[in-house]
Amino acid sequence: MISLPEPKPEILARRASILADLARLLPADAVIGEEIRLRPYETDGLSAYRQMPLAVVLPRTTQEVAEVLRYCHANEIRVVPRGAGTSLSGGALPLADAVVIGLMRMNRIREINFEDRYAVVEAGVTNIGITKAVEGEGFFYAPDPSSQLACMIGGNVMMNSGGAHCLKYGVTANNLLGVTFVTIEGEVVEIGGTHLDAAGYDWLGLITGSEGQLGMVTEVTVRILRGPEGARAMLAAFDSVEVAGKAVDAIIGAGVIPVALEFMDKPCIHACEAFAHAGYPLDAEAMLIIEVEGSQAEQDMLLGRIRDICAQFKPISMKLAESAEQSLAIWKGRKGAFGAVGRISPDYLCMDGTIPTGELPFVLRRIGEMSTQYGLGVANVFHAGDGNLHPLIMFDANDPESFRKAEAFGADILKLCVEVGGCLTGEHGVGVEKRDLMTAQFTARELDLQRDIKSAFDPGWLLNTAKVFPLEGNARIAA
Amino acid sequence: MIAPGDEAGVAEAVRAAHAAREPLAIEGRGTKRAMLRPVQAARTLSTRGLTGITLYRPTELVISARAGTPIPEIEAALAEHNQQLIAEPPDTRALFGVEEPATLGGVVGANLSGPRRITWGAMRDHVLGIRAVNGTGEVFRSGGRVLKNVTGLDLCKLLTGAHGTLGVLTEITLKVLPRGESSGSLVLRVADIASGVRALSAALGTPYGVSGAALLPEGHGAMQGCLAIARIEDFAESVTYRLDRLRAELAAHGEAALLGREASEALWRDIRDAAPLNPAPEEAVWRLSLAPSRAPAACAALRQAFDAKLLLDWGGGLVWVAGPATEAAHGAVMQAAAGGSFTLFRGPDALRAAVPVLPAEPLPLAAIGARVKSVLDPAGILNPGRLRA
Repeated sequence: MISLPEPKPEILARRASILADLARLLPADAVIGEEIRLRPYETDGLSAYRQMPLAVVLPRTTQEVAEVLRYCHANEIRVVPRGAGTSLSGGALPLADAVVIGLMRMNRIREINFEDRYAVVEAGVTNIGITKAVEGEGFFYAPDPSSQLACMIGGNVMMNSGGAHCLKYGVTANNLLGVTFVTIEGEVVEIGGTHLDAAGYDWLGLITGSEGQLGMVTEVTVRILRGPEGARAMLAAFDSVEVAGKAVDAIIGAGVIPVALEFMDKPCIHACEAFAHAGYPLDAEAMLIIEVEGSQAEQDMLLGRIRDICAQFKPISMKLAESAEQSLAIWKGRKGAFGAVGRISPDYLCMDGTIPTGELPFVLRRIGEMSTQYGLGVANVFHAGDGNLHPLIMFDANDPESFRKAEAFGADILKLCVEVGGCLTGEHGVGVEKRDLMTAQFTARELDLQRDIKSAFDPGWLLNTAKVFPLEGNARIAA
Repeated sequence: MIAPGDEAGVAEAVRAAHAAREPLAIEGRGTKRAMLRPVQAARTLSTRGLTGITLYRPTELVISARAGTPIPEIEAALAEHNQQLIAEPPDTRALFGVEEPATLGGVVGANLSGPRRITWGAMRDHVLGIRAVNGTGEVFRSGGRVLKNVTGLDLCKLLTGAHGTLGVLTEITLKVLPRGESSGSLVLRVADIASGVRALSAALGTPYGVSGAALLPEGHGAMQGCLAIARIEDFAESVTYRLDRLRAELAAHGEAALLGREASEALWRDIRDAAPLNPAPEEAVWRLSLAPSRAPAACAALRQAFDAKLLLDWGGGLVWVAGPATEAAHGAVMQAAAGGSFTLFRGPDALRAAVPVLPAEPLPLAAIGARVKSVLDPAGILNPGRLRA
């Protein structure tokens, strides 16, 4: 079980006066202190962990965020930034002595500029909200995490979120131009802007993916892109994981970069088919979903090339979508994968390691062996182009032993990812979930260097304390 | 000059310099010595001895090489598998008047990106992992060799573009992509810079995946006038189709011609390397990064201030400027870049030592920057003065 640092007793003792102070700094409706209204904030997407916060504030402006941070800094109160709370790694898990700063009321779109291809939005605008605002002109915002209906761009920046289409379009970091950033001292700083590259240190790049360790982002300038003429998907099913992996290598080796390239193993295919009735091949050991973009003729040309490449690997079956509806059907199973697994198991842990794609057959075989060893089922769905695995470990949360085993199984998978040259997290973040595994990927000294960089931004370690960095060996957190 | 043959030697040299509080100029082959501010250091530490590709997996789209590996060597290895450096970094030999090619460490340390930046991202977007030596002589890693990685703070981003002031890069892993099977360009003769930028914005607002969008105010070779150029790189059938569509959709923006693969590639090499700028040896060269729609006014202001030679890339978002190496001209550039960013890319030592070569940072960021610098280089021995006085 993940431990959190001991709350500071002097802060807990001052709770009433802190709430009163916050209510003076912000409009009355922006401060939450009653237990019943705090309850929704006690966890995020990693619901295995719960902790009631000291207070929650819901500012409407950058200035209000700055006021709260300035106050917390002056009073040495810990702060937990929160977007929509869709983090799957416990990145927004509260601390008992911390003020949660929620972004959901900062949901205005400030400016859209099609000529210069950017949009300026407040940090609480949802990911899909950006695309909705620009799609009338044929534009879109590219990174598309599975939670895109709910997750907020501010949280995307903090986690450097990805999605199914980042093989072609990149992750959040590749689609940002600037942010409004508030330091723990409450200073408001503009980083980047509406131009592509700023000279000097790349603060924008460092902040992106920093999981709330360095400051808070309140406004974001994103690149918007003109969408393709169209897109279409195909399925290719194989009788072994190795062969499916070789087909992926052959597609990329032939110079074809599909806009999405998803891989599902047998348990996942079965779970998704039972849920979505997408016509997935139940006799396959592995299945690829491949999407291409362009005009109708270009789609035909690309799908034809990919079909010819896949044919060399003796697929069990292939299905090329003939229409947008058929494409949607192919995607429906994949997009519902997590929900589908939720139907066949009372609970599951969704892991998020990345591996070099050449190691795929070995890693999937090892995961299968571990599954037998732990006596827990696992379904695998992932972004095959970039090696980002999402093993879903099935367990029963009502059985503490089952949960303990699931956690240990998950940790073993992530360590395996690191051993083969990959990393602990491809898109969900370290949060509290993978915090204590960081020593598997970094040396003690490398971790200390990162902690020192955090200290350069947040000397008092008030920002999202106890996330990302292991508590053990961390002299900066008085546990 | 110290030029160790391995990373341990680099670490040893930095440790010694740190112990002696002796500043070091950090470089690969020294091709960018005339960029930014002159470094105040008696000794030079070069990574030219750290060469060689250490890992290349074409089907995983990754390549790793030691920092001193010359860029042409990396490009040649990639070309064998029909792949390429995504950011298309400029070859600055002609601009800096040097013979030797740039190294991987130099290009990443300077975050140098070429025309493809507009669609496929900057050099820093493709740095997946680094090994580096900090200012106390410790070796550290960040990132890795996989395409997606959000584990911990991304120090790759911090060191990319830091020009050796936060650490000495010793090995770099990059994402790479297949080369388009073919390519071609649409060349539009436009009335002026403003209409050219509008044409390029229109081109970048089409669904055809334009991977280069440049504006040559003075024409190029036999092509006279103000030219807006849009490039397509893709499968052969797509290039033909997309150029046709592009020509039809941009018909109202000016008289159009199409360039086939060879002519297009030669033209874009020139644009990448800023060759059309053709600065006189005594002139300074700047790079401005702006929202494209602000470029025409910036260009007009520059032309009013001095006899500015101009070349625009990134749909107008990157303005290359050549002009007199004077503080007055530099002041005009700083003013024109307001709301964006600028770099004094090349100039005589006296000018580079006298003026800010980059925009000032907001005070809170400058304070954080000083603390970050002291974390990675507490004695301040790495490339002192390179970025700021």
